Amino acid sequence: MRGIVFVYLAFLLVIPLSLILYRTFEHGVGPVWRSLTTHQALHAIQITLFVSLWAVALNAVFGITAAILIVRHDFRGKRIFNALIDLPLAVSPVVVGLALILVYGRLTPVGRFFDDLGHPIIFALPGMVLATAFVSLPLMVREVMPVLQEIGVEQEQAAWTLGASARQTFKRITFPSIRWAAAYGVVLTLARSLGEFGAVAVVSGRIVDKTQTITLFVQERYENFDAQSAYAASFFLAAIAVLVLLMMNLLRPKEPD
Amino acid sequence: MAIQALNINKRFGDFTALDDVTVDIPSGSLVALLGPSGGGKSTLLRVIAGLETADSGTVLINGEDATRLTPQRRNVGFVFQHYAAFKHLNVFRNVAFGLEIRKRPKAEIKNRVTELLELVHLEAFADRLPAQLSGGQRQRMALARALAVEPTVLLLDEPFGALDAQVRKELRTWLRRLHDEMHVTTVFVTHDQEEAMEVADQIVVMAAGKVEQVGSPDELYEQPANDFVMSFLGPVTRLNGKLVRPHDLEILDEPTAGSVEATVVRVVRIGFEVRIDLEIDGQEAWVQVTREVARRLRPAPGDHLNIRASEHAIATAGAPV
Repeated sequence: MRGIVFVYLAFLLVIPLSLILYRTFEHGVGPVWRSLTTHQALHAIQITLFVSLWAVALNAVFGITAAILIVRHDFRGKRIFNALIDLPLAVSPVVVGLALILVYGRLTPVGRFFDDLGHPIIFALPGMVLATAFVSLPLMVREVMPVLQEIGVEQEQAAWTLGASARQTFKRITFPSIRWAAAYGVVLTLARSLGEFGAVAVVSGRIVDKTQTITLFVQERYENFDAQSAYAASFFLAAIAVLVLLMMNLLRPKEPD
Repeated sequence: MAIQALNINKRFGDFTALDDVTVDIPSGSLVALLGPSGGGKSTLLRVIAGLETADSGTVLINGEDATRLTPQRRNVGFVFQHYAAFKHLNVFRNVAFGLEIRKRPKAEIKNRVTELLELVHLEAFADRLPAQLSGGQRQRMALARALAVEPTVLLLDEPFGALDAQVRKELRTWLRRLHDEMHVTTVFVTHDQEEAMEVADQIVVMAAGKVEQVGSPDELYEQPANDFVMSFLGPVTRLNGKLVRPHDLEILDEPTAGSVEATVVRVVRIGFEVRIDLEIDGQEAWVQVTREVARRLRPAPGDHLNIRASEHAIATAGAPV
């Protein structure tokens, strides 16, 4: 039993990742540093950070609001709303990208409206933020919901009877109770956003030095026979993933019992 | 401050929680809402606090219409069965919460909270988190927190329901003393008749969303309005088809007018009382006697006794035994 699991993990995870690590540093640290500090690579890192941080910010606000709405309120269509939240997990990111083009593309009324304003959505950063936010949407909601359910409504009601408004109650009572779940949700959303490829590949147009993220950079460099840069950028993404995993482990035990 | 709930109706889907309930709670009194669970007493309390909205009816607090006021503006203190302690705040900050919301000066908050913590005997625990307190201590903290904002009325929802028997008894006595000192109009919900009888000035008995009877503990015990109230407030048994308190039954030496013959089934000694299980014409009944009486009679299973309700036996109104 244990042997099978080890072999499975070895072929799926350990060997490929070790090979990337080996290939990356095959010729020492110098080439790695050089490929990660080219203008194109630095720009890709910048774009990835920009898109991911916006997606995290949007989903943090939306995720907490949606979780409170689902757990604390009753409204028509709540079950459908709740089911819709999970949709991004089921739909392929490529489909998400195509769907966004159908709504915001240059040939649609909505797309033309933003184009005329001078802020195109598709083949530009706003579209990439939308696509990334879409695919990472459920993570925040699903982290916060069970904690809200568990702490119950009584602390909030006690705060109301003591005179606290809805805003004061959220700030002083609800948020402190869910903050570790929310922090965990932020980390998960960030991890998912940094690694997003499919949806972003479709809506970005993959324009080098303009809309190229790290994942797109890896693919583009690899196809152009610049394996060294592709490995270096892959290693960079993997390193961030490990960092994120460490952060998650640091956050987990601090959750209130 | 008086509370009046007038013609309150409340339904949850198909379930009728309150059915045209009217209750009048005099200023400065300590009132128990007593009844079986699901009887609507907690719902009524939450309607008074504004935590639940009635489908129809009016709530008057101190003569003013509070029906449409939010809980924030009713100035009621509310204590929950499971304490509803703010888990991330220490005892001091829990009690200070309402005063901080009202933006009172720091020095005033410190004085008032210290005073309240002394009142509930938690002055040594000001820096503890709720998780570091026992159930009884948490509930005392919740009470201090509710009292901090000087509420016009204090509402307690099964306040001792989650505590063990010993602590429950202590807190009961303590709540009564606290009320005698503070005189704030207090309503508490309980399903424990002993608790209601011991603590309250007035008891409102509720069942199935309706008020069954309102009165002082003595009135309810001695003049129960119906069989439900009579059986809810104390032990009952049946004699000739009517409810009687088992300690209101006499055991006679000879058959007399009005007495019936009973067969002893079982004799159980509980402390200084002796419970004799009987069978009368195929019906089960029981009688409660003192040890003295039991020692004189020496009842044994199979013995025949003559039973009669005593002259001053308690019966439901309009149904003398």
